[in-house]
Amino acid sequence: MLTIKNLHAEVDGKAILKGIDLEIRKGEVHAIMGPNGSGKSSLASVLAGRENYTVTQGEVIFDGKELLELSPEDRAREGLFLAFQYPVEIPGVSNINFLKTALNEIRAYKGLPPMEAKEFLKLTKEKQQLVEFNANLMNRSLNEGFSGGEKKRNEILQLAMLDPKLGILDETDSGLDIDALRIVAAGVNKLRSPEKSFLVITHYQRLLEYIVPDFVHVLYNGRIVKTGTKELALELEEKGYDWLKEAEVHA
Amino acid sequence: MRNSNEIIDDIANKEYEFGFTTDIEMDIAPAGLNEETIRFISAKKEEPEWLLEWRLKGYQAFKKMQMPRWQHFEMPEIDFQKVSYYAAPKKKKQLASLDEVDPELLATFEKLGIPLNEQKALSGVAVDAVFDSVSVATTFKTKLKEMGVIFCSFGEAVKEHPDLVKKYLGSVVPHSDNVFAALNAAVFSDGSFVYIPKGVRCPMELSTYFRINAQNTGQFERTLIIADDNSYVSYLEGCTAPMRDENQLHAAVVELVALDHAEIKYSTVQNWYPGDKDGKGGIYNFVTKRGICKGNSSKISWTQVETGSSITWKYPSVILQGDDAMGEFYSVAVTRNKQIADTGTKIYHLGRNTRSRIISKGISAGQGDNTYRGLVQVGPRAYNARNFTQCDSLLIGNRCGAHTFPYIESRNKTATVEHEATTSKIGEDQIFYLNQRGIDTEKAVALIVNGYAKEVLNQLPMEFAVEAQKLLSITLEGSVG
Repeated sequence: MLTIKNLHAEVDGKAILKGIDLEIRKGEVHAIMGPNGSGKSSLASVLAGRENYTVTQGEVIFDGKELLELSPEDRAREGLFLAFQYPVEIPGVSNINFLKTALNEIRAYKGLPPMEAKEFLKLTKEKQQLVEFNANLMNRSLNEGFSGGEKKRNEILQLAMLDPKLGILDETDSGLDIDALRIVAAGVNKLRSPEKSFLVITHYQRLLEYIVPDFVHVLYNGRIVKTGTKELALELEEKGYDWLKEAEVHA
Repeated sequence: MRNSNEIIDDIANKEYEFGFTTDIEMDIAPAGLNEETIRFISAKKEEPEWLLEWRLKGYQAFKKMQMPRWQHFEMPEIDFQKVSYYAAPKKKKQLASLDEVDPELLATFEKLGIPLNEQKALSGVAVDAVFDSVSVATTFKTKLKEMGVIFCSFGEAVKEHPDLVKKYLGSVVPHSDNVFAALNAAVFSDGSFVYIPKGVRCPMELSTYFRINAQNTGQFERTLIIADDNSYVSYLEGCTAPMRDENQLHAAVVELVALDHAEIKYSTVQNWYPGDKDGKGGIYNFVTKRGICKGNSSKISWTQVETGSSITWKYPSVILQGDDAMGEFYSVAVTRNKQIADTGTKIYHLGRNTRSRIISKGISAGQGDNTYRGLVQVGPRAYNARNFTQCDSLLIGNRCGAHTFPYIESRNKTATVEHEATTSKIGEDQIFYLNQRGIDTEKAVALIVNGYAKEVLNQLPMEFAVEAQKLLSITLEGSVG
């Protein structure tokens, strides 16, 4: 599904990613953990194609395609979805209009006609229930005046609607209380399938109690310094990240 | 991936879509402005003596007046002697029906997408098309006539309804109001006239399409709309002009009169040629629009979507004379390349319990410069007058400008005047967010801009709103870097 080979990237001439190797297969859930500033969110941004990141080395193959050659919108249309850490607000653009536009753009890319209004409403209703999204928010301006939890839930709703091959969750748990976290995680779990992969980026182990990963990677100083299973997350919780500094030195 | 420069190049190279000219035999007055010219125009139009006198008074006023200096741009030097003040398609005889209209002319309208034929009946729009200076065809006159609604060219109104014209002409915008209004009074060529009789709700949207075609001709149309007691009318005005290297002057005047409990809704979608990327050519859109809510509980509402013209200078205003009268102004003004817009409104609260609402949305892209200028004046008798003003500016890129000059003058302590203003930029974050959902940058900008302008677009009649939305998207195509 996704193969990252020796990926190096920089922002304003400063190296942020220093040789990442990662393989995510169909249906797998990978977690990336690491201290602040280790490059976790940068990895998500580079994969999604944010403009201010420059890839200096390496390649990324996504479902057989050279991901880095594609524009951000084509990456999305190919089935890469990023749930943002800080979803933006767009005044005057209703949530439902936005969803419809996005869905139909992706359909057009695949050579499909726009979805019929009736079918679209049915789909919206179904996914809304799946991720426990407040129906009243559908006609409101996109994320405008939404609470932190509502914004994050909206990200998961979009993920459900657009049905990507790979969902990247960028610190989706940040700023959520335990109830909101549970709802968001339950939404993601319902979307897990043998066809869909996830890359869950988080600072804390807490989220991984709900979204149980197949693999856990520890990112430190722009490199993956350790890979393990879900037990690794617990170990990190217990020991913190400091012991990794030594691990990196000896690596 | 396209970078910003490529995208910017794109806008620069994008051609003005409506820039074609029509080859028709024209009847043109020699360039120059003097009493001769005015007499020539008046004679051509077979006008009565009183109207000629009025024109000449306008000309006398014009001669004494200076070009305005207070606006937020340098007023270009205009050589009024180089302009031709009258251009009419040569006609062989009186036109009795559309079939007799020059096919080339009809083809032009076709290109503009104005269905001038009876098909319009289905959408309920009656069109009075102004091609350069003479109104060529008016549809649906018969149906309107049955209800007593008068909708015709200004010239025709002078002949058929001289009393109404005489009574109201210049009653809202006097012949000496400002330099461009005075010029218009002197040389106005044609325009539309509307009268809605007492108690009549006009059954269809009335619409005029203006187009400047001949080279070096200014267009000086004059519109007068009178809504008698308890009547209602919605009027639409759309404008385009062909591409010319030289600047063309458009100095129109619109007067609205609303009597007791009457309502006039006036909507404009202006897409005059804006000039090229270096600011060469384009229309000078110097227009005076004013309405008076003469009667109690009357209402006047202006809605404008301004995307064209190299310079737009207009302040559709409302005088709230009657008690409980209401005035509204909804505006979206877009500037890009080197376009300039200095626009806004003036609301004069004279009567008791008068209310007004101003919503202005400026959008600046490229090196465009956008100014909101507004005046809310509350007179001493305007007890409990209320005004709400919101003016927002949206910036695209970092070479454009947005300015706000709101003036408030209140002479009554019971009045409430509110003003809110915001300035925002289309953020890279917003664009990236939409990109990440599969929406390309141009669509993303269109989505954001239409969301931003929604409150104003919602005021337009349905059919017009869709057109305006498309126009906004086309106008801003590629303007994000």
